[in-house]
Amino acid sequence: MAVPAAFFVLFFGYPVAAIVGRGLRQGGHWNLDIVGRVLSDPDILQVLWFTVWQAAASTALTLALALPGAYVFARLRFPGKGLLRAVVTVPFVLPTVVAGSAFLALGGRGGALDEWFGLRLDTSVWAVLLAHVFFNYAVVVRTVGGFWAQLDPRQEEAARVLGAGRLAAWRRVTLPALAPSLGAAALIVFLFTFTSFGVIQVLGGPRFATLEVEIYRQTATLLELPTAAVLTLTQFAAVAALLAVHAWSVRKRESALSLVPAERTARRPEGPAQWAVLWSVLAVIALLIVLPLAVLVERAFNGPDGYGLAFFRALGSQSESGTFVVAPAAAIGNSLAYAAAATLIALVVGGLAAAALTRRAGRLVRGFDALLMLPLGTSAVTVGFGFLIALDEPPLDLRSSWFLVPLAQALVGVPFVIRTLLPVLRSVDVRLREAAAVLGASPLRAWREVELPLVGRALLVSAGFAFAVSLGEFGATVFIARPDAPTLPVAVARMLGRAGEMNYGQAMALSTILMLVCAGVLLALERVRTHSPGEF
Amino acid sequence: MNKHAQRAAAATTAVLALALVATACGGSGGDGDPKTVTLVTHDSFAASKPVLKDFTERTGYKVKVLRGGDAGATVNQAVLNKGNPQGDVLFGVDNTLLSRPLEEGVFAPYEAKGLSAVPKGLQADPDKHRVTPVDTGDVCVNYDRKWFADKKLAPPRSLADLVKPRYKNLLVTQNAANSSPGLSFLLATVGTYGEKGWQGYWKKLRANGVEVVDSWEQAYNDRFSGSRGGKGKGDRPLVVSYASSPPVEVMGAKPEPEQAPTGIAKETCFRQTEYAGLLDGAKNTKGGKALLDFLLSKKFQEDLPLQMFVNPAREDAELPKLFTKYGETIDDPATVAPQKIAKNREQWIKTWTSLTVK
Repeated sequence: MAVPAAFFVLFFGYPVAAIVGRGLRQGGHWNLDIVGRVLSDPDILQVLWFTVWQAAASTALTLALALPGAYVFARLRFPGKGLLRAVVTVPFVLPTVVAGSAFLALGGRGGALDEWFGLRLDTSVWAVLLAHVFFNYAVVVRTVGGFWAQLDPRQEEAARVLGAGRLAAWRRVTLPALAPSLGAAALIVFLFTFTSFGVIQVLGGPRFATLEVEIYRQTATLLELPTAAVLTLTQFAAVAALLAVHAWSVRKRESALSLVPAERTARRPEGPAQWAVLWSVLAVIALLIVLPLAVLVERAFNGPDGYGLAFFRALGSQSESGTFVVAPAAAIGNSLAYAAAATLIALVVGGLAAAALTRRAGRLVRGFDALLMLPLGTSAVTVGFGFLIALDEPPLDLRSSWFLVPLAQALVGVPFVIRTLLPVLRSVDVRLREAAAVLGASPLRAWREVELPLVGRALLVSAGFAFAVSLGEFGATVFIARPDAPTLPVAVARMLGRAGEMNYGQAMALSTILMLVCAGVLLALERVRTHSPGEF
Repeated sequence: MNKHAQRAAAATTAVLALALVATACGGSGGDGDPKTVTLVTHDSFAASKPVLKDFTERTGYKVKVLRGGDAGATVNQAVLNKGNPQGDVLFGVDNTLLSRPLEEGVFAPYEAKGLSAVPKGLQADPDKHRVTPVDTGDVCVNYDRKWFADKKLAPPRSLADLVKPRYKNLLVTQNAANSSPGLSFLLATVGTYGEKGWQGYWKKLRANGVEVVDSWEQAYNDRFSGSRGGKGKGDRPLVVSYASSPPVEVMGAKPEPEQAPTGIAKETCFRQTEYAGLLDGAKNTKGGKALLDFLLSKKFQEDLPLQMFVNPAREDAELPKLFTKYGETIDDPATVAPQKIAKNREQWIKTWTSLTVK
């Protein structure tokens, strides 16, 4: 627990405390009247209310749409499943500016849906909610689906043999077993949408603002640190309350379950009901995820002289002359290097934290668990500016080091690793390990041969997540002045900020490359086979 | 070894490794290296590689570029880090943002070589030379030529035109609260109609159906009908953008068109001037001064237009053909004094928000 604690304190607690302290401490004494003043401002209250309800609605909608997807990916076997699982994760890494643009092309004024059905979603709350589903679909499919795939289907079958209907069996047997991972998925989606920034700006328009948008404005634009500090603390309070509810609701449900290898639980669809679920899930994915992605790809190839590789070629040639355009190979290299470093940090820190949280109980440990989730619910600009004023003295003057980028990305990756690993780790039957010990295995050996095979899959899932998160992470990295080694999302945003067909086309071409890189890495991860527990 | 001891050992090793890596990377950042000069700037900064190489060959300094997000964020980061800056020179503070860093003492005085070739009007700090003007850019309403030709309608020329009924529901602009061109357009109306008059103008503009979106990207790429070489799906033929946007639209097009697909309403402009300054407490003061001289050198100034799509501050810098053929010179842009902007910005934005968005 020492590593995750040190990591957390040094790279999250200290910078955030520094920036909040700078805001609230003026002229040597604490200036706390500002709290009352900010929190009684009707505009701020409205922002707070909108932030909470849109996050709740987005979470509910994501769960409703993605839960059947989790079932399909966990229990059914069909051709192209691995590819599809990678495809649904792609939105997760897309910069929100790009995805927002694709959504507008579909549902905005003059967009495809407008032309076909006269349906317009721009600057409505619906556009925001659907975009949140687009981004977070994979969270539910991967966290819940990954766990579901390892649940022994025979338990549900036993219930059905004993006379329970299909639905009743699912509700009484499977659902309770899924509860911890469902809770984890809901929590992550809520936190993500709670701190939504790009989506709100592109699709919500100036009428809608979340706390995140307001904190950005107060910090980066106005440098009103006192107001920003109060808002950050408000964000903390909201996230802490949510974590408390989550911990309370999940603790009671976690229990040892018999886990089986995922490969064995999936079957070919049988009967009209399963086929119907499969097709409806595929339809939702096609409409909500594949279509917006297809719009981007279409734009990347729709060059000035008709379809072709003009934009991709331009990326290659223009990057020779100036510092603005980044050669795609360099951007891919930067992205992969940062993401690999961030994934490694997240796996080490998150893995150790999850292990500690499984073994030890007590209020302190649970509090620590909640603390590690805080970065997900914290404004990227708070962390970025915090780094700037906290890590500015030797030996820790990291301000201009490339290392800050993977560190900031790992902060967001750690909660994913913990949330994915914890349900699986907690469900490992202690007696298995004890049996191994009785039979003479050393603790290390018991861990390697009993727990690792059971946890291996979750470890891969969480590695995939951490990787995708850091590949697409844009917020924190933008707020840290960093050496000029732009990642793919940063390069995309730069090109989008310029007029002209060539620049826009190149942004789309880079986005397409980003999508391919992400899908490629995720597919490769899926290929890594883990030992199945049935081998010994 | 029992499990606890084992884990503790692993933990200690990992912390040590992490700390080592962290310090190693911090140390090799290059700040102490006298042969490196560090330029802190925003995301839009660009320079061509041969020009940067020329600087290195002549002075021996290699330029390391640190980017801190958009111009506002970059400047505010410098304010937070004053006295212990991240680099030696900051480039990219414009006249809408200038007051705060000057008041906070972020910059150290230095009179760059070549300043005599810059018009007096651009020099914001003529006594102390804490900042050096490097380039100017005008924010203007752009129009879609094809749209207006098809409709047989003359495009608007001035702010007054924009509130006329024949231009109803045609203009899209950006949120002045968090978009730099959006704020500039608001300042254009303040400069033209005065501190008392601009509110009335915006009431009329709103009644005439102005659309407000959050960012330039969204307004230009998604809502404007003339972007992306006419492939844009937007339905608004008027957008707040830059005077250099029409030349950029043409860049790389083959064959070269007679004129740019978009044009400029010349009496709707606000001029942004971008400054650079030596950061107070810089580790490489000498290199920083050389870099400032370089930013004002004819070589860099003539490289500017095609890299950042702005106009050079030097009067004797030659403009590229792309600019002279497809661009427009704005003779009389609206201006508002930086001190006035600093004093009123927050209040103006609040009022503007209540007039347009709510």
